[in-house]
Amino acid sequence: MQHYNMNLTLKVWKQKNSKTKGAFESYKVSNISSEMSFLEMFDVLNEQLVSEGKEPIAFDHDCREGICGMCSMYINGRAHGPWSQNTTCQLHMREYKDGDTIVVEPWRADAFPVIKDLVVDRSGFDRIIQAGGYISVNTGNAQDANALPIDKQKADESFAAASCIGCGACVAACPNASAMLFVSAKVSHLALLPQGDPERKTRAFNMVNQMDTEGFGSCTNIGACEAECPKGISLENIARLNREYIGSMLSGSNAEGLTN
Amino acid sequence: MSWKNYFSTSIGKKLQMSLTGLFLIVFLLVHCYVNAQIFYNDGGVRFNEAAHFMGTNIVIRITEFGLFGFLILHIVQGLSLAMKNKSRRSNAYAVSAGNKTSAWYSRSMALLGTLILLFLVMHISKFWAPNRFHQLTTGEEMNLFTAMREEFQTLWVVAVYAFGCISLAWHLIHGFYSAFQTLGLGTSKYKGTIKSIGVAFSIIIPLIFLMMPVLFYLHIIA
Amino acid sequence: MPLNSKIPAGPIDSKWKTYKATCKLVNPANKRQLEVIVVGTGLAGASAAASLGEMGYKVKAFCFQDSPRRAHSIAAQGGINAAKNYQNDGDSTYRLFYDTIKGGDYRAREGNVHRLAEVSANIIDQCVAAGVPFAREYGGLLSNRSFGGTQVQRTFYAAGQTGQQLLIGAYQGLERQVSLGNVEMYSRHEMLEVVMVDGVARGIIARNLVTGELERHFGHAVLLCTGGYGNVFYLSTNAMGSNVTAAWKAHKKGAFFGNPCFTQIHPTCIPVSGDHQSKLTLMSESLRNDGRIWVPKQKNDQRKPSEIKEEERDYYLERRYPAFGNLVPRDVASRAAKERCDAGYGVGSSKMAVYLDFGAAIERYGKIEANKQGKPNTSKEEIIVLGKGVVKEKYGNLFDMYEKITGENPYEMPMRIYPAVHYTMGGLWVDYELMTTVPGLYALGEANFSDHGANRLGASALMQGLADGYFVIPYTLGNRLADDIRTKAIPTDHPAFVAAEKEVSDRINKLMSIKGKESVESFHKRLGKIMWEKCGMARNAKGLNEAIQEIRELRKEFWSNVRIPGDIEEFNPELDKAGRVADFIELGELMCLDALNRNESCGGHFREEYQTEEGEALRDDEKYMYVAAWEYKGDSNFELHKEDLNYEVVHPSARSYK
Repeated sequence: MQHYNMNLTLKVWKQKNSKTKGAFESYKVSNISSEMSFLEMFDVLNEQLVSEGKEPIAFDHDCREGICGMCSMYINGRAHGPWSQNTTCQLHMREYKDGDTIVVEPWRADAFPVIKDLVVDRSGFDRIIQAGGYISVNTGNAQDANALPIDKQKADESFAAASCIGCGACVAACPNASAMLFVSAKVSHLALLPQGDPERKTRAFNMVNQMDTEGFGSCTNIGACEAECPKGISLENIARLNREYIGSMLSGSNAEGLTN
Repeated sequence: MSWKNYFSTSIGKKLQMSLTGLFLIVFLLVHCYVNAQIFYNDGGVRFNEAAHFMGTNIVIRITEFGLFGFLILHIVQGLSLAMKNKSRRSNAYAVSAGNKTSAWYSRSMALLGTLILLFLVMHISKFWAPNRFHQLTTGEEMNLFTAMREEFQTLWVVAVYAFGCISLAWHLIHGFYSAFQTLGLGTSKYKGTIKSIGVAFSIIIPLIFLMMPVLFYLHIIA
Repeated sequence: MPLNSKIPAGPIDSKWKTYKATCKLVNPANKRQLEVIVVGTGLAGASAAASLGEMGYKVKAFCFQDSPRRAHSIAAQGGINAAKNYQNDGDSTYRLFYDTIKGGDYRAREGNVHRLAEVSANIIDQCVAAGVPFAREYGGLLSNRSFGGTQVQRTFYAAGQTGQQLLIGAYQGLERQVSLGNVEMYSRHEMLEVVMVDGVARGIIARNLVTGELERHFGHAVLLCTGGYGNVFYLSTNAMGSNVTAAWKAHKKGAFFGNPCFTQIHPTCIPVSGDHQSKLTLMSESLRNDGRIWVPKQKNDQRKPSEIKEEERDYYLERRYPAFGNLVPRDVASRAAKERCDAGYGVGSSKMAVYLDFGAAIERYGKIEANKQGKPNTSKEEIIVLGKGVVKEKYGNLFDMYEKITGENPYEMPMRIYPAVHYTMGGLWVDYELMTTVPGLYALGEANFSDHGANRLGASALMQGLADGYFVIPYTLGNRLADDIRTKAIPTDHPAFVAAEKEVSDRINKLMSIKGKESVESFHKRLGKIMWEKCGMARNAKGLNEAIQEIRELRKEFWSNVRIPGDIEEFNPELDKAGRVADFIELGELMCLDALNRNESCGGHFREEYQTEEGEALRDDEKYMYVAAWEYKGDSNFELHKEDLNYEVVHPSARSYK
């Protein structure tokens, strides 16, 4: 792999806090190595800004290995940038060439208000989980782990759904700013396991209801979420969520524990 | 927990769209079958027979109320969802993904639906409304075949119909699959089949509809 | 003050049982009156907060990330150990205990480690019940793999994302308690001080990282579940935000710091590519199950790996350690890689890397797969295609990650790897009950020092975090709080809270007022360089002495020349980072001091002066079989306390994996 250096123009969204209006600002960075990650390029820019006595750009990031779900940039119209099944921290600069202009925006959704610059508040996701994204088992109540065999295929599907990192790219990419892929991943993860069965009748409804309350849009089966999901969570999960929902509607209309 | 609660969440509303949409798909099929009688090119004999049946059969007439009810629900719910969804992102992106992550027609269902609605207004005012009025006032149906033959002599009318059919085709390409996905059938096992049938349906049915004004205009059906 | 580890009397396998049967309990009505603060929401913190919430305590949980689900436990890849013996390969509680003690090079406490091994099986049960989708066999039962330093298969896993699945399990339990009102969650909050009332930890001062406001929170007890301090090296496999601040504040308030120099260098990480590098990425140890590590036999070999023939390759781990081969413990594997690279056999452009090769595994799996499909006469090319499929299923996400970072396809050419800082065995000194030397202040998970001695075995960190949170603290905390039921909640306008808050705000004001020239990041990088070069994989007295001087100077420079843009009362990541780096600098000095004090080599601590002729670590059990617990006595002033380690069951011997 041939390494090279490049100069770039960045147009980055700057916004002081949730109350003020934001605007784009242009920055130039030079001598960016093709081996850098996208966030390392931002580190270089921020170092440059600090040395110039300016305020650096705030952006969320933590593990920088694509698993914590903290990083969140909308890069040239794409959530987490142009690579498929990828997070921003894993996007590398060999994607770009000398002279490129890159526009970087925060996740935009009213349910994800901007905290500062590229940082948004995703606590709505936590509240959706609080509405039912769990199995109600207290510590110490478990039977032997192998007492209940689980069909490998189902376990694998459940794992695939559970690999959601809660980054919010689905919301960012969805023209409706819907969080349905996120909700469906959690509902699927739990619905596919026998342990999740007792709470099936209430989980789908409660979580969807919370999603609506948070101000996310509704799903119209467009599919941009699936295309941008860094973990490849499939639309099949939304189909499963819908089945769970309909199942609850048809059989469990009087189930205890439904919110509302 | 009432049905109302279940139908008022975002999935509930999506289910309304799906179920009314599927009903409209069935309606399209029936409508298409009846109208396709004109292709016998028998001066409208078979077509008028079928139209007479549709216009006088009590079950069909009652279903017609349902049809309008569902149609209105589909329109109102669809537009309200579209507006609400639009409002969920008050600050738009400066750069959008465009067609890289989704299909334009999937994102444009409200627009396509509105175009179809405009077309429908004209369509209903040309055939359905006068016919029912005629029925009410005279107790007799109009000769719809003759009405069609006359209407489709005007180029702009044919053009509007063509436009309506094309809008319908795009609306269906997303709508057909989407209705089944909403019912939870978009699994890896069925998704491919549903999509293929959906695409076939979305092309064939509007195409048959489209052929009617065109063939009249070209005097191939007379 | 003599250190009392409070290990219960009696035979090793009944200590914990006896403790549980005799510890004091708190009745449910009283639990509702007792408030507990949990700082950090990784495996230890989330499981502790959830369990305590379930039990009825009033819990407040804090994390600096935007959601508790982001804690760095999420990045653990390979797996979690448990003595289930599902594979019928001779595993038992005793063996897990023994392997952990031996793996830790006889520098861990027997009592704690045995308890860890005992509860390990419950952890798997608990996680499965909570919906963790572990890997399974076709029969529907759980699958296992092997990890370094053991000869049994006891590692449970979920592809290469075990930490994520376990953390999400604990996080969901935590969110459930939040929804029930038993836990109050404070995200984007950083703990900046422990509040002491009458010599007991009674709360914390936390900073709201969004608004910059300082908040006072009362708790009858404070639990620090704040992870390790590997980021003192700047480059490590830790997340960017992982820090020592909470533990360090506790240390300055009287909590002793145990074995700070015990750092784990993980052998299989993606090598550094340049100065811009912000973090290092781990390639799971599970890869050593199937990957073979080698360097060319010829020095400075410039050829492509594919051009180097089998007989020209030096599989140095298999050569040096035939019994364990590529599955030697991490410290051994790391040192061996360093030895080869230092001797000039390294590969890649930096020459600071070795190959991790899956060629043999791909062929082996391909053949098995061909036989499975009933095609014994498959061509070699097809076998390789089949084998790649199997490898993809096992390690696909790791291979993808490698390719994204390096731009090279690891299915086609061997991975290049090099050791990197990964985990810190050292941490706050705790007794058997996980309480630090400050009454009411506890440390759980990686934040404490207790279970891994001088080297942690792979897949044991997740085990320890969850053991502490799910199964230990619920008992040991009750034992203390049972005597605290008469203590009413202390109002936060108490002078101790006011004073603690003032201390914090003074420090922040001081940082902001420096207005120097150099960025926080730059100081952090400089600290990391000193630490890596002089207190890293190999240490010596001369280097450590130099390092201490350099760190002291760096500290002075930091406090006179750091530049922090922005304001205090706003979202200001540079300010957050500055506070953390200031603490890392102080910790760095203590680590060097501890490394200098320990005149022996053991586990992750390798002093060049103390090695065998073959280059293996040379322990000195006579003089150093103790836990070095350091007490803070003021700037650059630490007093050493020793907790002697008594081995009643396992007899320390030279650790051999040959």
